[in-house]
Amino acid sequence: MRQKMKHIAKRIFTFYADGFREMKLGKILWAIIAIKLFIMFAILKVFFFPDTTSLQSKKMHMDEKEYIAQELIERMNTGENN
Amino acid sequence: MVENISTSLIDWSRAQFALTAMYHWIFVPLTLGLAVIMGIMETVYYKTGDEKWKQTAKFWMKLFGINFAIGVATGIILEFQFGTNWSNYSWLVGDIFGAPLAIEGILAFFMEATFIAVMFFGWNKVGKGFHLASTWLTGLGATISAWWILVANAWMQHPVGMAFNPDTMRNEMQDFFAVATSSTAVVKFFHTVTSGWILGALFAAGVSCYFLLKKKNTGFALRSIKVSAAFGLVASLIALATGDSSGYDIAKHQPMKLAAVEGLYEGGNGMGLTAVGILNPGKESYDDGEDPFLLKMDIPCMLSLLATREADGYVPGINNLIEGGYTLPDGTKALSAEEKMEKGREAIASLAAYRKAVKENDTAAAQAHRATLEENMPYFGYGYIKDKAELIPNVPLNFYAFRIMVMLGGLFIVYFIVMLFLAMKKKIEKMRWMHYIALALIPLGYIAGQAGWIVAETGRQPWTIQDMLPVSAAISGIETSSVKITFFIFLLLFTVMLAAGITIMCKEIKKGPETYEQKQD
Repeated sequence: MRQKMKHIAKRIFTFYADGFREMKLGKILWAIIAIKLFIMFAILKVFFFPDTTSLQSKKMHMDEKEYIAQELIERMNTGENN
Repeated sequence: MVENISTSLIDWSRAQFALTAMYHWIFVPLTLGLAVIMGIMETVYYKTGDEKWKQTAKFWMKLFGINFAIGVATGIILEFQFGTNWSNYSWLVGDIFGAPLAIEGILAFFMEATFIAVMFFGWNKVGKGFHLASTWLTGLGATISAWWILVANAWMQHPVGMAFNPDTMRNEMQDFFAVATSSTAVVKFFHTVTSGWILGALFAAGVSCYFLLKKKNTGFALRSIKVSAAFGLVASLIALATGDSSGYDIAKHQPMKLAAVEGLYEGGNGMGLTAVGILNPGKESYDDGEDPFLLKMDIPCMLSLLATREADGYVPGINNLIEGGYTLPDGTKALSAEEKMEKGREAIASLAAYRKAVKENDTAAAQAHRATLEENMPYFGYGYIKDKAELIPNVPLNFYAFRIMVMLGGLFIVYFIVMLFLAMKKKIEKMRWMHYIALALIPLGYIAGQAGWIVAETGRQPWTIQDMLPVSAAISGIETSSVKITFFIFLLLFTVMLAAGITIMCKEIKKGPETYEQKQD
C-alpha cells in the first residue's frame, strides 16, 4: 500500500516536473504571475493596505467591536442638517 | 476619526474600487467564455478523433492560459481594499462574506488550479477522457468561483439570511441556503456568466476573422466561427432572458435603481419603457420641476410589464420613492425618505443605548433598546443619510450605461445569427466587411460587460449594503492622500500588466495555431 502511494506521488511529481520543464510561453506567464503576486502581497498588502479596524482600535486602546460601534454610532446624522 | 470623512475620501475610495473591479472584469468574462469554447472544441475531438479539432482546442487553450495568467489574483486587491478603505463595511459583513469567499478560495480556485495543470501538461500523458474532463472541470471551477463572488455581491444588493448582532457589531448568518440561493444571486449569476460566454464567443469569432482577413489558417478559422457563433447565440438568448429576470428582481428589491436606470421621476400604472431618450442636462434636482427628457420614445406599458409582470402594474418613480405614500404590493403604504431617515436614526440611537445599558448591566433597558433596534433595523442605513437627494443614484450614468448594454446585447444577437448563417452557408470566408465587423465587436463585448457592472454598482448608490450601510458609514476614517497614492499605483500596475497581456496575446494570435492543415498541406 505504502509502495503504491509512493509510486502515485512520484508519478504526480514527474507529471508536474515534466510539464514545467517543457513549458515555453508558460515560463513567461509564470514569471508574470510571480512578479504580480510579489507586488501584491509583499509590497501593496504590507505597506499600503493595513487592517484599519485593528490599527485604529489599538491606537485608541479599544476592543475592535467597540471601535466599530463608536464609528457607526458617531457617524449617525443627527438630523441637524435637514 | 469621524471629522475626517469627506466627499473626496469617499469619491477616491469608490474610484479606486471601481478601477480595480473594472480591471478584474476585463479578464474574468473571457476566462468564462473561452473555457466553454475550448471545452466544446475538445469534446468534438474526443467524439470524432479528428486531429484538426485537437489543434483548434489547443489554440484557444493557449489564449485562455494567457488571459488566466494576467488576470489571476487581480480580484484579491478588492479584498485588500475592504480591510483598509472600507473597514466598517468589512467588519459588518465579515460573517456573511467569510463562507462564500472561503468556499470560492478553497474549493473552486484549487479545483481550477489542479485541473488547469492537467489540461496544459496532460496531452498525450493522460487518457483522452480524463483530459477532456479536466478541461471542462477547469471551466467549471472558474464558473463556481464566479458563483460565490456573485453570491457575496448579490447579498449587498439584497441582504437576506442574516441577523445583526449589536454585541459583536456584525451581521451573522442565519440561513446559508437563503444567502447562497437568493433570487438576486441566481439571476445575477446566470446573467453575468452568460455575458462572459458572449464575450468569449465574440473574441473567438473576431480572432478567427482576423485569420480570414490574413488568408491563413482558414480551416481552423471556419471551424472556430461555427462553434463560437452558435455558442454566442445561445449565450445571448440566455442573457436576454436572465436580463429580464434581473430587471424584475431589481424592481422588487431596488426600486430606486430601476427608476434611475429609466430616468423615471413620476411613476404610475401602465408605465412605458424608454426605448430611445436624451436626458435633459438642465435637470439638476429631483424636485426642480424640469422635464427629465429632451427627447423620449416609449414602448407603451412595457416597463410595468417588465417590473411587475402586469401591463397596468404600478412602478414608482424617483419622486414617489422620496415622498412615499403609494401602495406597496403587500397593501401597505410606502414610507417617505424622511420617515425612513427618522427610523434609521432611531435604530442607531437604540444601538448606542443598548450598548450603554449592557455595559451598565441594566438588563431591562437593554432588552427595551434591543427591541426598538430590531423594529427599526430595516431602515438602519437611512440614519446616516443627511439629505434625501443622497438616496438618488447618478441618473445619466445609469440611464446611458443601461442602454449601451441593452443595445449592444441586441446587436450581438443579430450578429451571431448572421455569422452563423454565413458560416453554415460557407459564405463567410470571402466577406471581408464581416471580418472587420467581427474584429470591431470584440471591444464592444468588453464595453457591454463593463456597462452592466456600472448599472449594477452605481445604481445601488449610496448603499454598500442596501438600506443598511451607505458609503459614508462604510468607509474608513483614513487620509484621502493614502487612497490617492494607491489609486495611482494600481493604475500604473494595471496598465503595465494589461499592456504585457495584450502584447503576449497579440503575438500568439499572430503566430496562429499549429494547425492540422499546416502539417498536412
